[in-house]
Amino acid sequence: MINQNNLNVMSFNASKELEAEVDELISHYPVKRAASLMVLHAIQEKFGWISQDAILWAARKLELPPINLFEILTFYPMLRQQPMGRYQIKVCRTLSCALGGAYGLHRHLCDRLGLDAHAHGPQTTKDGRFTVEFVECLASCGTAPVMMCNDHFHEGVTLEKADAITSACK
Amino acid sequence: MAQEYKLILKHVDAPGYGRDLDSYLHHGGYQTLGKALHMPARDLPDGKKMTAQEQIREEVKISGLRGRGGAGFSCGLKWSFVDRKSGKPIYLICNADESEPGTFKDRQIMYKDPHQLIEGMAIACFANDVHLAYIYIRGEMVDGARILNEALREARARNFIGRNILGSGYDLEIHVHRGAGAYICGEETGLIESLEGKRPYPRIKPPYFPAVLGLWMCPTIVNNVETLCNVKHIVAMGGNEFAKLGTPNNTGTRIVSLSGHVRKPGYYEIEVGKATMRELIFDPQFGGGLRDGRNLKAVIPGGSSAKVFKAGEKFKLKKKDAEGREILVETDMLDLPYDFDSLAAAGSMSGSSAIIVMDDSTDIVEALANVSEFYAHESCGQCTPCREGSLWMSKTLHRLTHGEGRAGDADYLLKIADNIPGGRTICAFGEACSWPVQSFVAKFKDEFVAKGKADEERRAGQGNELAKAPTEAAAHH
Ligand SMILES: Cc1cc2nc3c(=O)[nH]c(=O)nc-3n(C[C@H](O)[C@H](O)[C@H](O)COP(=O)(O)O)c2cc1C
Ligand code: SF4
Ligand code: FES
Repeated sequence: MINQNNLNVMSFNASKELEAEVDELISHYPVKRAASLMVLHAIQEKFGWISQDAILWAARKLELPPINLFEILTFYPMLRQQPMGRYQIKVCRTLSCALGGAYGLHRHLCDRLGLDAHAHGPQTTKDGRFTVEFVECLASCGTAPVMMCNDHFHEGVTLEKADAITSACK
Repeated sequence: MAQEYKLILKHVDAPGYGRDLDSYLHHGGYQTLGKALHMPARDLPDGKKMTAQEQIREEVKISGLRGRGGAGFSCGLKWSFVDRKSGKPIYLICNADESEPGTFKDRQIMYKDPHQLIEGMAIACFANDVHLAYIYIRGEMVDGARILNEALREARARNFIGRNILGSGYDLEIHVHRGAGAYICGEETGLIESLEGKRPYPRIKPPYFPAVLGLWMCPTIVNNVETLCNVKHIVAMGGNEFAKLGTPNNTGTRIVSLSGHVRKPGYYEIEVGKATMRELIFDPQFGGGLRDGRNLKAVIPGGSSAKVFKAGEKFKLKKKDAEGREILVETDMLDLPYDFDSLAAAGSMSGSSAIIVMDDSTDIVEALANVSEFYAHESCGQCTPCREGSLWMSKTLHRLTHGEGRAGDADYLLKIADNIPGGRTICAFGEACSWPVQSFVAKFKDEFVAKGKADEERRAGQGNELAKAPTEAAAHH
């Protein structure tokens, strides 16, 4: 929980590099608060998720009450409140991809990685290597089914292609 | 016969064309920006002068350009609403959130020809006295954001943006702002809230029309990626020439995203209204028809929010006869010209120009359940009818597709859907989540009822107490 006491406990270690990146982002807007989402993206890119301490650090940088950042962290699906697998697989489940076999693809990935295809939300393997989740339309419906593996986008993903992609994730 | 007409996608897939600045310059890039910035003032008959900015805005009006993001609103008119007297800065935001299911056209532009978007934006900004603009790109397009940032860096280095652009005295800065996976950020006032660093809760209109009270309560223009690219071509060729493309009141070209059960899904740029739905789906140069042995079942013509068409559906459309008299002509759904007005007259819309094709292998109840799950997930939750209604519809469809349906579910779905739109919600998402349900259930009612009935009978056969239970309470759990 965020409370007044741990506002002083800043165990978050921002590198010089992150600090500089955040300062640059803030300079893009006449109002600091507008940089919030981009700052959270920058933090997540470095750490993989956004901790309470990271929120407190960002709040101080942006001169905002932490709740302002916490309320966006809890709204946007891409922002993570806990660590995820090293490889995050997002399978599009929306209509064009569903017509193109997205549900079969998702089930196949879950089976192969020992995850429950029917569980709600992102599922992470015990070894922390993979997180698999369904997401909504990824704006590539003409090459259904599609998925992302971390930042990389994959089109027309057959089951064989999916196996090749996961095998390449070390 | 209908043909592709490549205005915006002219170079995109040409062999050897890259997304780097040199490639763009080699194909005449940024010349239109130079022309715009150095356009001399025009003398008017009354002795007054028309500035370069006013002339560009006038050309955009003459062009008849309508927004490519979904609503098809006149771009020239939208710009004319901008409050230019407030003394506050005017902002422009490019809506690159591209999240309407079925749509993948803006992606092609941003990933393959980012400078075209930047040039279009720069001209639109100049014409509207904007000095700070943002590209709001959906969060999942990580590479897209990198590509745009690189293109902006290149453009800045060559003074196509930045200070005193090409010696004109005009300053403009453009930044990329990333979303984070929420569809509602595509709605322009939700987008503005998101850009301000808040939850993307859409604002109520009135009073928060972006043209007057937009980003940081300043006048703001929100335009789609494709719309802004069109601005460049309008200035290059002149509004009148642009208006000759397409059909009256439906001018220019559109990039159609075609997906689902066709042999050749993909993006196809056509003159607006110069190809019919039949041509787009069946012609070998477009979709190439359905898979062997399959028949058409349904088509969603403008992104998942658009009302579905059933194969064989007929509409009475107004046309002019040889003597110019208005007559009603019966038109098959497939023979509708793909434009704004014909699809609206047929009770649906071209929306984001995304066509999703379903053949007779499709379980139509499953298809609607899929779409409704999207809306239930994406409602921002501010308005009770939308938040609760989208969830109830999705849950009802979930039970219908999981063996727990009831014969009355079809009517129940309609009742919920009818109570969401029509001014009961803050934004048009309320309409967007209702239209699929209203149209699917009305047009394929027998399939919805049959599924529910079969479930009831099966449960009755198993002596299940719930078989004849009142339907409504159960759906709420
Ligand atoms: C729920 C909802 C989602 C929307 N999503 C998008 C989108 O992803 N991209 C877009 O350009 N417009 C989207 N729009 C339309 C925008 O609100 C706005 O009308 C558009 O960006 C204006 O640009 P245009 O006039 O150039 O079309 C959406 C509207 C609604 C109601
Ligand atoms: S209509 Fe739905 S999405 Fe729009 S503001 Fe209301 S709850 Fe949010
Ligand atoms: S439906 Fe999967 S990318 Fe659009």
